[in-house]
Amino acid sequence: MTSAGQESETATGSVDPAEVARFEKIARTWWDPTGPMRTLHKFNPVRLRYIRDEAAQHFGRDPLAGASLEGLSLIDVGCGGGVLSEPLARLGAEVTGLDPAPTNIAVARAHADKSGLAIDYREERIEDVVARGERFDIVTAMEVVEHVSDVRAFVATCCTAVKPGGLLFMATLNRTLRSYALAIVGAEYILRWLPKGTHQWEKFVTPDELRDAIRAGGLAPDQTTGVVYNPLADSWSLSRDTAVNYMVGASRAK
Amino acid sequence: MAAGKASRKGARDDFKNSSKSKARGGTRRAAPAPRHILIAGSGIAGLTLALALARACPAQLTITVCDPTLPAQDLPDARADDARAYAIAAAGRRMFESLGIWPKVAGMAQPMRDMVITDSHLADPVRPSFLNFDGEVEPGEAFAHMVPAHDLLAALLPACREAGVDLRRVAVRRFEADADGGTAHLSDGERLPVTLCVAADGARSRLREAAGIGWVGWSYPQVGIVATIGHERDHMGRAIEHFLPSGPFALLPLTPGGSLGHRSSIVWTERRATASTLLARDPGEVLEEVERRFGLELGAIALETPLRAFPLSFGIAREFAATRLALIGDAAHVIHPIAGQGLNLGLKNVAALAECIVDATRLGMDPGEGDILRDYTRARRFDTVAMAAVTDGLNRLFSNDIEPVRMLRDFGLGLVERLPPLKRFFIREASGLSAKAPRLMRGERL
Repeated sequence: MTSAGQESETATGSVDPAEVARFEKIARTWWDPTGPMRTLHKFNPVRLRYIRDEAAQHFGRDPLAGASLEGLSLIDVGCGGGVLSEPLARLGAEVTGLDPAPTNIAVARAHADKSGLAIDYREERIEDVVARGERFDIVTAMEVVEHVSDVRAFVATCCTAVKPGGLLFMATLNRTLRSYALAIVGAEYILRWLPKGTHQWEKFVTPDELRDAIRAGGLAPDQTTGVVYNPLADSWSLSRDTAVNYMVGASRAK
Repeated sequence: MAAGKASRKGARDDFKNSSKSKARGGTRRAAPAPRHILIAGSGIAGLTLALALARACPAQLTITVCDPTLPAQDLPDARADDARAYAIAAAGRRMFESLGIWPKVAGMAQPMRDMVITDSHLADPVRPSFLNFDGEVEPGEAFAHMVPAHDLLAALLPACREAGVDLRRVAVRRFEADADGGTAHLSDGERLPVTLCVAADGARSRLREAAGIGWVGWSYPQVGIVATIGHERDHMGRAIEHFLPSGPFALLPLTPGGSLGHRSSIVWTERRATASTLLARDPGEVLEEVERRFGLELGAIALETPLRAFPLSFGIAREFAATRLALIGDAAHVIHPIAGQGLNLGLKNVAALAECIVDATRLGMDPGEGDILRDYTRARRFDTVAMAAVTDGLNRLFSNDIEPVRMLRDFGLGLVERLPPLKRFFIREASGLSAKAPRLMRGERL
């Protein structure tokens, strides 16, 4: 996920008006569906529906009931401003959100406060969480894999965080000519959906590589689905075409 | 800011405590507070939306309906003397069925078995029919039913109360909103925080105007006259629409009753000047005028209610949504009653908006968010404009007596009559059951 800011938050009691203004601006950036995170907001319903429906089926819940994820512990790795964490918490999941960027965590906390949601946001890495022995019913790492330096190590750690009988969801970009044309040239340079330099194509991961890493982590990658953009409807939908964006769902045996 | 941080720290500590106590043996995190949706206006569209939302997401949404004209509980509705009746198309009936409303109005609902359209001069002794709709959309399911407005409201109000809708006799004075949320200022001084406000407050919607949404519209040089007519012979569920040069005269079947045993509703479009002289005349002469248009097929007739005239206009909002605001019913569109599609169009929009809100809510998303409201506008505005244009065009095409235009439209209707697939298409369209209809309109679970 893109980092909205790398500077560390001033943790003192004194309030710097300039700092407040900058913070407010970034907060609005994350949560403005028409702002720089527009693509993420458009993408949100399709990935949420995928996670909700797969998890509901796996854990024997009704996906259309109010709190379909009630009581399930979930960790959202690379939570950014909390655009995915909040809806999942509303569905009843007990959500922990991780992001290495302090500003992201500050934005996410402030927004969750306003929404009246108890989400445990932490400026931590998944490695630290796993080292402490914390395990979760559901682990999500959406649009994160393409930003990490060692994919296999990262996936292995995410897998370790999954409880027996739990689920792992990952969404990322495939390394194909089309993803280069669409995600780099199209999204960053022509459509300006994303800031230039958001993605490095060489870091993109193919579904085979990702599934292989998940298997090495001890989970079974049960599901791979493509996500495609329909320019006429200006919306994203699930597809068999995994050439650009795709998601993988995996489970750990009980 | 400092206070915000302190409370945040507090919330974090609470969380740590609760997770510790959970580890010891299990308290759960409190469920998130439900989101609040405010509907301004308690007409059929507003109440139907309230009921659909309250039923579909009882734990995640709280619904408030504000309207200063709402009747107090256990008091008769001031709108009870409303003589209007609506032609509810099959799709709307299925929607009321899935909301549990239909069984309560079925006794007062007259199925429309067929519909005859004629195009004649007033003086023509015989009015040959040019288009004859008959048939059912599914075996045993009429393409439309005539339902009195009062009975629909009388079924919707208690159903909303039972579903937990908060019905309040207050007006919404003002609504302000940004990306984070909205606040409604009510006439009793309360400020209500809401995630989404739905304007169902009529053609001259104050909420729409305050939001700066434009309105494209004009009034017709015609008025609509409605009344309930009693007659000797059974109408056999037939609806008749005479296209007279001054405007359409529709005869719509009601359930048995009245002084002569059978009843029909008339919707009579007349030039404004003619109508005002007509309404000023004594009842005997008025009845004679009705008879000239009504024809003799149904035997002797009587006026069951006085004639009532209302201005006819056309209008459509430039947008169906603004920040945390959505428009439904007459606040979004007012169309010519020529094809009886005003309420049906309104119900289709209600079904579409309900689907957008419920789908987002069930994903844990904010149903007042811009993307969701844009989906509603995208789903419905084109269809609404198309229907508005068709009804406006029909009225212009038929409300004249120019010979070449007459020949042309007679030819057009004759063509439809001779092409069964085209006719089936018209029946499907009139029933509102086209393929892309929202779930509620197909009678499915929301």
